[in-house]
Amino acid sequence: MSLPTRHFDALIIGAGGAGLNAALQLASAELRVAVVSKVFPTRSHTVAAQGGVNAALANVLPDSWHWHMFDTVKGSDYLGDQDAIEFMCREAIPTVYELEHAGVPFSRLDNGKIYQRAFGGQSQNFGGDQAARTCAAADRTGHAILHTLYQQNIRARTHFFDEFFAVDLVRDADGICCGALVLEIETGEPLLIEAKATLLATGGCGQVFRTTSNAHINTGDGAAMALRAGIPLMDMEFFQFHPTGIAGKGMLITEGVRGEGGYLVNKDGERFMERYAPRAKDLASRDVVSRAIVTEVKEGRGCGENGDYVMLKLDHLGEAVISKRLPGIRESSKIFAGADPVIEPIPVFPTAHYAMGGIPTDRFGRVAMPAGHGSEEVVVGLYAAGECACASVHGANRLGGNSLLDILVFGRLAGKDIIEFVRDNPYRRNADSASLDQVMSRLSRWDRKGDGMSVHQMRAELRKCMEDHAGVFRTEEIMAEGYEKLCELRDRLPEVRLTDHSKVFNTARIEALELDNMMDVGMSIAVSALHRQESRGAHSRPDYPERDDQAWLKHSLYYQEGDRMDYKPVRTKPLTVESFPPKERVY
Amino acid sequence: MKISVYRFNPDTDTKPRMQDYEVKTFQGMMLRDALLEVKKQDESFSFRHSCGEGVCGSDAVNANGRNVLSCVTPITELKSPILVRPLPGRPVIRDLVVDMTQFYEQYRAVKPYLVRKDPLPEQEILQSPADRDKLDGLYECILCGCCSTACPSFWWNPDKFHGPAALLQSWRFLADTRDQATEERLDALEGPYKLFRCHSIMNCVEVCPKGLNPTRAIGHIKELMLDKGL
Repeated sequence: MSLPTRHFDALIIGAGGAGLNAALQLASAELRVAVVSKVFPTRSHTVAAQGGVNAALANVLPDSWHWHMFDTVKGSDYLGDQDAIEFMCREAIPTVYELEHAGVPFSRLDNGKIYQRAFGGQSQNFGGDQAARTCAAADRTGHAILHTLYQQNIRARTHFFDEFFAVDLVRDADGICCGALVLEIETGEPLLIEAKATLLATGGCGQVFRTTSNAHINTGDGAAMALRAGIPLMDMEFFQFHPTGIAGKGMLITEGVRGEGGYLVNKDGERFMERYAPRAKDLASRDVVSRAIVTEVKEGRGCGENGDYVMLKLDHLGEAVISKRLPGIRESSKIFAGADPVIEPIPVFPTAHYAMGGIPTDRFGRVAMPAGHGSEEVVVGLYAAGECACASVHGANRLGGNSLLDILVFGRLAGKDIIEFVRDNPYRRNADSASLDQVMSRLSRWDRKGDGMSVHQMRAELRKCMEDHAGVFRTEEIMAEGYEKLCELRDRLPEVRLTDHSKVFNTARIEALELDNMMDVGMSIAVSALHRQESRGAHSRPDYPERDDQAWLKHSLYYQEGDRMDYKPVRTKPLTVESFPPKERVY
Repeated sequence: MKISVYRFNPDTDTKPRMQDYEVKTFQGMMLRDALLEVKKQDESFSFRHSCGEGVCGSDAVNANGRNVLSCVTPITELKSPILVRPLPGRPVIRDLVVDMTQFYEQYRAVKPYLVRKDPLPEQEILQSPADRDKLDGLYECILCGCCSTACPSFWWNPDKFHGPAALLQSWRFLADTRDQATEERLDALEGPYKLFRCHSIMNCVEVCPKGLNPTRAIGHIKELMLDKGL
């Protein structure tokens, strides 16, 4: 079979913060780099990040990368790898300065330095007073960063394949990854992109849940591609529910609202977080606040006719602060909740927000998988960075402001490592025809005609199932039932049919391919969750309410074949400092 | 509620048509929700959309003759029956999906990135809050294309006139105290078309879903050119 083929030094799949920061390193080093994105780059979901990016610049309050590291380890409920966390927290500082130099319009302090706000789970001096570590461009930090990175890539003349959908990774005859088959959405034609190194930077998978802050495009494409290539996904049971989504709709209201002094109240007007986190209150970690909100609602203290949400109050901050620091959420709240937060509180409820887990990598973005006897092996030529990857810096619960940081630090580092890899491996590899046939069959499967369930209906059932069975609180019974339902849906997936088989800009076909991905990733979440018999971070089990370090201080690995689970130890030894041993986690 | 959408699939159609759909409404329904409902009934209908909250800029369409971002446009603000067409003046690829290549080319043409010639400091380049405030109303652009595709000057000369979105970004960098390429930027805008085709019709201001004002930005560029005696 002859396919149109293009050759590059590096192929990057995804044009969010991680992909674009990696591309910038590669293009600046004069490598031939292709960035494939299913949407125009500035439509990537990094654009929706609001609150900011963490770095211990100490512009507002005293700070150090070491305190940032402590907070991140504690926030992760001790499941994060401490070498990767130390590395990220150290790198945060030069990374933010580099972004500023690239043009990000950060908000400013009177002395001209970058504005920093308080965010949840941040402390000075290893658990002391609240810190202010989140560098912000009003409440549009992700937008500011994504646009700046795209702009710098224009300067660096990165080669973009806009509106191309990555179908699957391809391998050469030795089984080594050598690029991907992509689909040009506009023409519906497949294209093979062969590259010496491939970086998966496809972002999150929040669309597997019905109520989510994630965009329509966040369907776990890269994670599913990895699964189908035989690579396990790590720690997928840890899915973050952001405490403050607009009730009933899911759009994000930044934690920055609480960082600026806003707080949550129940129907009695009580500031209930004081009961759950006496010290940090509304700025406790996200898992803690989400559980508190769900508990308030379950125990009958929710607001509204159905008592199914709580209120986020910020009118006391005054119009000046809200307009200056939180203009975006004022706009969103007016449009989607019909509430101007300058005068009235915003109705909120937790919303599916972020996958802590993902494709396992080392701290250079290289995909790493177990090689038996406790050792690990790097998957040659394959990298992952950003939300689709798991380095693992977030462990069981991510701190606000660490996501933009993760994508930038590890995107950049993956780019730098690819430069070295390509220098050491300068020769082109060619896709093997068996591998190509397999990938093409994933495309042709959707050409089948006849009656069957619609993609839309299957997608809706999957999302409902995930929401009902893998939410904030999970018991054996709920999850086992969910797994059964998911298996049933997965069995029915081959019966799903497209009615539209046209070629040009067929978004139905893209949604069908995304459905495959959502099914694969949804299953990894459900299976990983069902197996972990403890409560840690975002994985909260009323039937196993305690954290169990004896049995469960370990990373989960989910393999698609046979829905098999494996585990690997947490890397508790940092690079240069003393390890933070697990402690009871209170805020 | 009846909604009438523009349909054209080059695979099968020789000319475009409007097609009616009946969709159920709900409180707080946005135009994007209505389009999703159409898609649910008829998967052959194509349109771009993603974030659903007005920040990614994917889902600009023309509704009842006006360019809007469908995810932040309540259907209650639109007169029934709602007529939804692709953004005007751009080649249609399929249904509501238009070819935005020229729009992006004009964006790239203004060199929309910070140029710094001095050696970089170890920390941030300082900028006062007042200087930073000058970027408000500029950097928030989401490149949805509502403005440029509503601009008669852009319709007539899309290859020569940069259009409001690109010029807004041009001013975003001219206004940034950290940028050190003012003269090159102004030089590149000389001539009768790139900048000066703007006749202050202000359609761009009228339709911007983020409340930005490209006409004012263009005015600032013209003033700066005069100041510099170019």
